[in-house]
Amino acid sequence: MGKYILKRFLQLIPVVILVSIFSFLIIEAAPGDPVDNYVRAGMTKEEIEGIKKEYGLDGNIVEKYGRWLVHVFQGDLGTSIKQNRPVAELIGERLPNTLMLMGSALFLSLIISIPLGLWAGLRKNKLADNVISFISYLGISVPPFWMAMIMVIIFSLKLQLFPSGGMRTLNVYTAGDLIWHMVLPAFVLSLNNMAVFTRYIRSNTITQLEEDYVLTAISKGTGKRKVLSRHVLKNCLLPIITLAGINIAGLVCGSFVIETIFSWPGIGRLAMEAVGNRDFPLIMGYTMFSCIILILGNLLADVLYAVADPRIRQGMDRDNG
Amino acid sequence: MGKILEIKDLRVSYHTYAGEVQSVRGISFQVEEGETIAIVGESGCGKSVTAKTVMGLISTPPGEIKSGSQVLYFGENILEQSEKEWERYRGAKCSMIFQDALTSLNPTMNIGKQIMENILNHAKVTKEEARRQAVEMLELVKIPDPALCLKKYPHELSGGMRQRVMIAIALSGRPKILIADEPTTALDVTIQAQIIDLMKDIQKKLGTTIILITHDLGVVAGIADKVVVMYSGKIMEKGDLNQIFYGHRHPYTWALLNAAPSLELENKQQLVSIEGTPPDLIDPPVGCPFAARCRYCMNICTEAEPPEYVMSAEGCRGQEERGSREEHRTACWLYHPDSRYQDIEFDKEAGI
Repeated sequence: MGKYILKRFLQLIPVVILVSIFSFLIIEAAPGDPVDNYVRAGMTKEEIEGIKKEYGLDGNIVEKYGRWLVHVFQGDLGTSIKQNRPVAELIGERLPNTLMLMGSALFLSLIISIPLGLWAGLRKNKLADNVISFISYLGISVPPFWMAMIMVIIFSLKLQLFPSGGMRTLNVYTAGDLIWHMVLPAFVLSLNNMAVFTRYIRSNTITQLEEDYVLTAISKGTGKRKVLSRHVLKNCLLPIITLAGINIAGLVCGSFVIETIFSWPGIGRLAMEAVGNRDFPLIMGYTMFSCIILILGNLLADVLYAVADPRIRQGMDRDNG
Repeated sequence: MGKILEIKDLRVSYHTYAGEVQSVRGISFQVEEGETIAIVGESGCGKSVTAKTVMGLISTPPGEIKSGSQVLYFGENILEQSEKEWERYRGAKCSMIFQDALTSLNPTMNIGKQIMENILNHAKVTKEEARRQAVEMLELVKIPDPALCLKKYPHELSGGMRQRVMIAIALSGRPKILIADEPTTALDVTIQAQIIDLMKDIQKKLGTTIILITHDLGVVAGIADKVVVMYSGKIMEKGDLNQIFYGHRHPYTWALLNAAPSLELENKQQLVSIEGTPPDLIDPPVGCPFAARCRYCMNICTEAEPPEYVMSAEGCRGQEERGSREEHRTACWLYHPDSRYQDIEFDKEAGI
């Protein structure tokens, strides 16, 4: 498996380079210029060029990209134009906030979807299944930004149970306060995954229950509950590892929409602001960061799957010596 | 040797969208302790459903075991067991192995755990003791290096090995009856022979009663003491191996045996098949189910169900004579006392 992981790491390099070229091109093609923030009326052309030079924005696109790449290889993601601070530092600062929010959302969606999915699968086409399926279809179809606003209207404005945004009450640094602020955004974020996971687990449960090994287990005189917990559960949940693995990327990269709506000081909002300001070092930094995390997340999912499923483990070893 | 299992007027249906499929339509036979009985017939004739009923594996719904059906295990009707009693029965009194050993084993659980599960379900032993017994079982089914095999996963074994493991699992609860549902169908011929030899060997050592479900008459000839021939949910003929193979009286049994490919076939010679298809079990025919495909079909065959006739070596001996011992019985109108065809010789009729 070591060889397999190494191979995947090496595959990462060309992907990251390609992604960086494309994002550079897209930023270049977008209207607006980051220097516009600093340009005041009456500035001469030379002065503007000076500012451009200061931020490494002069020259044509190839020169700019080359300069950026050299810096990156030296371990320098550049400096944010708008905030005038190193990009790596900005991302690092926001990372824990995003991790906390996305982590609780993922956790929430897993602990709710697993029992719901199993229950629905076991009671296939009965009332419980139909209700759960209906709700999960809603969860898949309703756009999170709309849900977020509805939640704010109901729980913040009308009922005044939860705050409508932010991460902490001013000058209050308790975990309780943090969790209180996290309830709404985490719930809204978890809804979509919750619905998708529930559907997945339901259909897995149904197919796994029809597998022959279930009959074998029953033929040994194993009771119904034990057949479920000992045999079916694990095989049902295996594919969820892949789904959750893909979500690891989202976990770290944050959510543009939800973090903005709930003014959560996370990475998603940081990137959103960066795009608004055409803050190209920050956008590039974010893109690179999320690209690497996405690939690593998928790799992690594959490795976890191999740990959980002996068949995959053997396949990996066979393909990679 | 007493009666270990007696099936009386078993009727099983499945409720589907198309209607009620009458998979098993009133069959009766008995199994003596220590013998091997083979249930043969085409796909969909109710063999597997019968086996599953004996294991209590018919899920209801969609299945339904009709009232009046009886499956007596040492005289007790197991169809009336509670779920707890079923759990004590399955694995310890009666075990089952299935056609495809790969899908029948849990892919993510190692062999050792899968065998030990059966042992721990039925015996109050420590894990170490269970593991020791598991190794013993693997030795019994002749798996090389049993201790290593315990740690393996199903996909790491060959098809033959997997079926051996299945047998080991099934036998690890020391059952009196082993039901083998097409245990060799998914295997190639050499491995088939090994598995059949293994089953014979085990029967000699442990005295296990074997109920073998198959459509492979070669396998039957190699292992069975008694044969039950099923067709569209009914028993057409039953008797000793020799009676069925060399003294069969039912046209269906003859057709079935005649369709078995033999090694004497010449190159490119057409294989014999039974013309037509089995009847629809949602709306089964009134008379004999085989009538539509039978070359000896008479008027009565499509009008009334044939009763079972007890056969003697010379042929017919009278209707519904209930002996203490199961005899050669055939459900066919040809053997009605008034029939003129009781001495029919199928091979000669077919020009063979």
